[in-house]
Amino acid sequence: MFNNVFSVMEKIKITIDKKEIEVAKGTTIYQAAKDNGIHIPTLCYLNLDHLKIENRPGGCRVCVVEVEGRKNLAPSCSTECTNGMVVKTHTVRVLNARKTVLELILSDHPKDCLICSSSGQCDLQKLSQTLGIREIHAVENAAVSTYRKDVSPALKRDMDKCIMCRRCETICNTVQTVGALSAINRGFMSVVAPAFEQDLIDSPCTFCGQCVAVCPTGALTPFDDTGRVIRALSDPTKTVIVQTAPAVRAALGEEFGMEPGTLVTGKMVAALRTLGFDKVFDTDFAADLTIMEEGTELLGRISKFLEGDKNVKLPILTSCCPAWVNFFENNYQDMLDVPSTARSPQQMFGSIAKNYYTQLLGIKREDLVVVSVMPCLAKKYECQREEFKTNGNPDVDFSISTRELASLIKAANIDFNALEDDDYDSPLGESTGAAVIFGATGGVIEAAVRTAYELFTKKKLEKIDFTELRGLEGIRTASIDFNGTMINIGIAHQLGNARKLLDGIRAGLYNFHAIEIMACPGGCIGGAGQPLHHGNSDVIKARFDAIYREDAGKKIRKSHENPYIVKLYEEYLGHPLSEKAHHLLHTHYFEKNKN
Amino acid sequence: MAQYKMHLLVCGGTGCRASQSERIAGNLKEEIKNLGLENEAQVVITGCFGFCEKGPIVKIVPDNTFYTQVKPEDCKEIISEHVLKGRKVTRLLYEDPSTKEHISDSKHMGFYQKQIRIALRNCGFINPENIDEYIARDGYAALGKALTEMTPQQVIDQIKKSGLRGRGGGGFPTGLKWEIAAGNKADQKYVVCNADEGDPGAFMDRSILEGDPHSIIEAMAICGYCIGATKGIVYIRAEYPLAIQRLKIAARQCREYGLLGADIMGSGFDFDIELRYGAGAFVCGEETALIHSMEGLRGEPTVKPPFPAQSGYMGKPTNVNNVETFANVPAILLKGAEWFSSIGTEKSKGTKVFALAGKINNVGLIEVPMGTTLREVIFEIGGGIKDGKKFKAVQTGGPSGGCLTEKHLDTPIDFDNLIAAGSMMGSGGMIVMDEDDCMVSVAKFYLEFTVDESCGKCAPCRVGNKRLHEMLEKICSGKGTIEDVEYLKNLGAVIKDTALCGLGQTSPNPVLSTIEHFYDEYKAHVTERICPAGQCKALKLYTILADKCTGCTACSRSCPVGAISGEKRQPHVIDADKCIRCGACYDKCKFTAIHVQ
Amino acid sequence: MNKIKSIDDLRKMKQDLESGMNIREKSNSPESLVQIRVAMATCGIASGARTVMNTLIEKIEKDKVQAVVTQGGCMGYCYAEPTVEVRIPGKDPVVFGYVDSKVAIDIIEKYIGKGELLEGIIPVNYQTINEKK
Repeated sequence: MFNNVFSVMEKIKITIDKKEIEVAKGTTIYQAAKDNGIHIPTLCYLNLDHLKIENRPGGCRVCVVEVEGRKNLAPSCSTECTNGMVVKTHTVRVLNARKTVLELILSDHPKDCLICSSSGQCDLQKLSQTLGIREIHAVENAAVSTYRKDVSPALKRDMDKCIMCRRCETICNTVQTVGALSAINRGFMSVVAPAFEQDLIDSPCTFCGQCVAVCPTGALTPFDDTGRVIRALSDPTKTVIVQTAPAVRAALGEEFGMEPGTLVTGKMVAALRTLGFDKVFDTDFAADLTIMEEGTELLGRISKFLEGDKNVKLPILTSCCPAWVNFFENNYQDMLDVPSTARSPQQMFGSIAKNYYTQLLGIKREDLVVVSVMPCLAKKYECQREEFKTNGNPDVDFSISTRELASLIKAANIDFNALEDDDYDSPLGESTGAAVIFGATGGVIEAAVRTAYELFTKKKLEKIDFTELRGLEGIRTASIDFNGTMINIGIAHQLGNARKLLDGIRAGLYNFHAIEIMACPGGCIGGAGQPLHHGNSDVIKARFDAIYREDAGKKIRKSHENPYIVKLYEEYLGHPLSEKAHHLLHTHYFEKNKN
Repeated sequence: MAQYKMHLLVCGGTGCRASQSERIAGNLKEEIKNLGLENEAQVVITGCFGFCEKGPIVKIVPDNTFYTQVKPEDCKEIISEHVLKGRKVTRLLYEDPSTKEHISDSKHMGFYQKQIRIALRNCGFINPENIDEYIARDGYAALGKALTEMTPQQVIDQIKKSGLRGRGGGGFPTGLKWEIAAGNKADQKYVVCNADEGDPGAFMDRSILEGDPHSIIEAMAICGYCIGATKGIVYIRAEYPLAIQRLKIAARQCREYGLLGADIMGSGFDFDIELRYGAGAFVCGEETALIHSMEGLRGEPTVKPPFPAQSGYMGKPTNVNNVETFANVPAILLKGAEWFSSIGTEKSKGTKVFALAGKINNVGLIEVPMGTTLREVIFEIGGGIKDGKKFKAVQTGGPSGGCLTEKHLDTPIDFDNLIAAGSMMGSGGMIVMDEDDCMVSVAKFYLEFTVDESCGKCAPCRVGNKRLHEMLEKICSGKGTIEDVEYLKNLGAVIKDTALCGLGQTSPNPVLSTIEHFYDEYKAHVTERICPAGQCKALKLYTILADKCTGCTACSRSCPVGAISGEKRQPHVIDADKCIRCGACYDKCKFTAIHVQ
Repeated sequence: MNKIKSIDDLRKMKQDLESGMNIREKSNSPESLVQIRVAMATCGIASGARTVMNTLIEKIEKDKVQAVVTQGGCMGYCYAEPTVEVRIPGKDPVVFGYVDSKVAIDIIEKYIGKGELLEGIIPVNYQTINEKK
């Protein structure tokens, strides 16, 4: 990827649409135009600058512009400005070319927009509106490229709608280094698919869903569980409870026209209650529980290490992120004993709900339906894993995404913006600030540090905010002083960065005690189930800030101080890592021999 | 080297091998042995002579006798008559099509008279599997001269001064390309030889690699010296097994002689080459796609800049040249830039190799000075149109080129003139068409190729070419409208204007140039529903001439779809809606009563 | 096999090798060379034409004479075999009869080398030694 940050020094002058502007050398025409209020349309180009993710294949040719003295039109996304360059972005030649190219793309695209799951969200549809395409010139019965549809537990592929923007491919290969998706076949029949034309479920796919998050059309979409949730809600024999992940509250509002970063916790709870959930709980409760288990596991390993135990596995790796779990099961089979055995908060919640809460209610686990609202698509896959089922009954029955929740709310005629704030139910709805920050990269480890510090040093934390652990850099490291013992922390988000850390650990390069890994850019706030960012990474930054605002506003900000967690241990689990806790809250990992 | 009185040069190019030239060589050797002439006559398998139309070729020196279309059975006669007794085997000599006289010496054949062979200088002359023969012809002297007497910049200056331009299609000045790559600092640089020849009908690169592999290795080493690269890679189609084999043999011999490896000729310069096989995707001839293919990635082009000279193979500065370009380099260094630049036109220096194909008498590989006219190539070297038909068009530049007509025949061929005429040099394919060729079908044929070979990365090429092809198909099937022709023009222009790489930017050329030069033919297809050349099956109209029909019923009995009806001994009628234009009735009718329009 | 360790090695190797290729090089431009044609029909061979031809070739190679030796069919002078026809650029062709190894060497040293006429020339009256074009 080409980065412009290194060459910002030198300035050059160019003219775009008769406007003289000065830009840094190395700036593309597209960027120069954008910075000056000229929005050249594009389909394939994607730049999440806060996250240093760029897709610039120069393939859609929608962003072409006229450059004086150049023989053909220039793709503005991948043409650098040169001094004295004269650019025209809307001449007849450009407009005719742009419309013709878009017509070509549309001529090989299904016309079922009305019932497409991306309708209203689709960049292609929007561009077609913008350019006013009213007719597609092609011969009658013009060929369309088709490809077998593929439905996995987390996402669906309908490659007939693929426009070969290659964003998914860049995300899957360059950013995530998962390597499940790449272009196959040639020319008109080329399509993005797993190698050997496998289905996703048989491929090395981790179901992180980032391909879905960047797809400009309806080619890659989430598996939709809303229908099953509605059916469960209308079943009088079932008690239906819901848990909401920390990142959802920081993004749901966007689906209702609110500014990115608006926290809608109270409205979301009210909406869920209106939808008919019997209890509205918070995954944050389970996040606090995760900290108790994982934090204790971390302290145990560190104590053993400090005592000189050579067999202890360090660093401990977080295990909250299901795509990350899939990733290391696929790629690091020699290191399956390194990650924490703690289940993810979604599954801890499900386990407590199906085992403990059913006792409180006095009902059978089959009669309790646990729904989770997640920013994530991999959670759909996770809740179907066999190890999280008892007699075939899953701990979490259905996982729906933030976007699916929004559509449920809209379908139920709820005026979301007008809702009064409401509170979570007790006891599984109570949580701390430490749990909230699970939603952002670095949050899990910060929450763990807040608890581990106090348990390890037996001292009260002076400063709760560990800002050194925060940020959107792909890989971050910090050393935290545990009263004289330096604890080395590594943090990575996006699986490609995780791979760098893991490869380093495998090679014995690092000296970390604990590492947090999240598959999605920015952590869960950038999850594939969240409202689409449409290539604007400011959105993710805004959610990131919102998460820490929510934390700062919480009365209790350390997991071990959550009174309901304390109570749960006293009444039911005993103590962290107890036998019961092991049985209900921990898991083990499997070798997946996917190449 | 042993002294022989007579050398029998047998073409070992792929074309002649396909016609049993290996057996011919074997038989010749056996006959020589039978007559005890082993110490006098030597059989040498060489590269391609170019005159593939008349292959297999056996040339006998010193008397320069050029035997054509030799069969393994002819060997006995050649040895017992010619080699032993000095009597030429007249029936195997080339017969001039106009004078019907037998020509013994190839230099007197129209096919060879106008040729100047620089890139092909050793093809058909030396045994490509014997490095000694190459060295005997001043092989590696250019490399030696560069390494011991010249600085890299001096070599680059010579190449620049010679005016050599890339022979792969683009025509970029070679010296300048080297200079840019030389100017970029890096710990490792690469020289890449693009041997991914893919134009339909073009085989000059293959012939050079098969006939003179050492010239390429030598030129790559010279280039490596100039740009500061120690590694060379030949990206060659896996479909060229013979070229691969000869190249491997040549490289092995070079290593044995110390002409590849460390400290070549004591100069301190290290260089070696390796081979990478292409899977035959046409687009991999585009240098960025080629580099991606070598890196193990999908063979797709990327936007330039960055140019390979800045960031190429493995992100390192890389110089990519085509085979024919490299083949010129040693000759330039030995004979001088002035010599080279004295050949050719003002902006296109030297020679160009063309593969002549199509409706032409002398199909084969030729090398002519830039500036030779199409007329000279087609009518003098090529021997004119087959079967005395009328010349209609010549397609240059392969699928990326355009069709040129009668009025272009006297255009001197060079890079710029061809582009000005709406076509291009390309890698040197030249396909000649006669009056029987339908130009709409010709355009359709080329589009079919580009549709197949498009990588699918950019939308205009991926979808646009498909739509062009569909539109042409519609016109050929008699369903086109004049608006369709207009749309073809617009779509073609947009694809040219917006496609990512050279493949897409040139793929509409066959359509656009045929519309420009043969508009009436398109018009006839869409307004009168007639194919003037009679090629488009769907536009043929079969009718029965009532005055000639005897009512013999032969036609109606032969019709596979029952489209012909009529009483015995009464004129029959063809139902045009049912007729599938198979022509069975036409073949059966003994009274020429079937009329085809 | 010897390695080429310097440009001089290469040059020397070329010199050693080029004689083997000379026959091909020369045939590329025979017009500018002395052309010697030995009649190699049955009558010629029977009279020792093959030995004569070998002698000629060796002598040319030894003396580095710019000449090319080819073989031809019967010229009709069967009584005078072996016959050798010599064409020096710009001069009329001359045919020598009863050529043996000694005469062959004389042809090269004296006729070609110094322009001296030798005995044994057969008067001829045809146009050219080249094949009719």
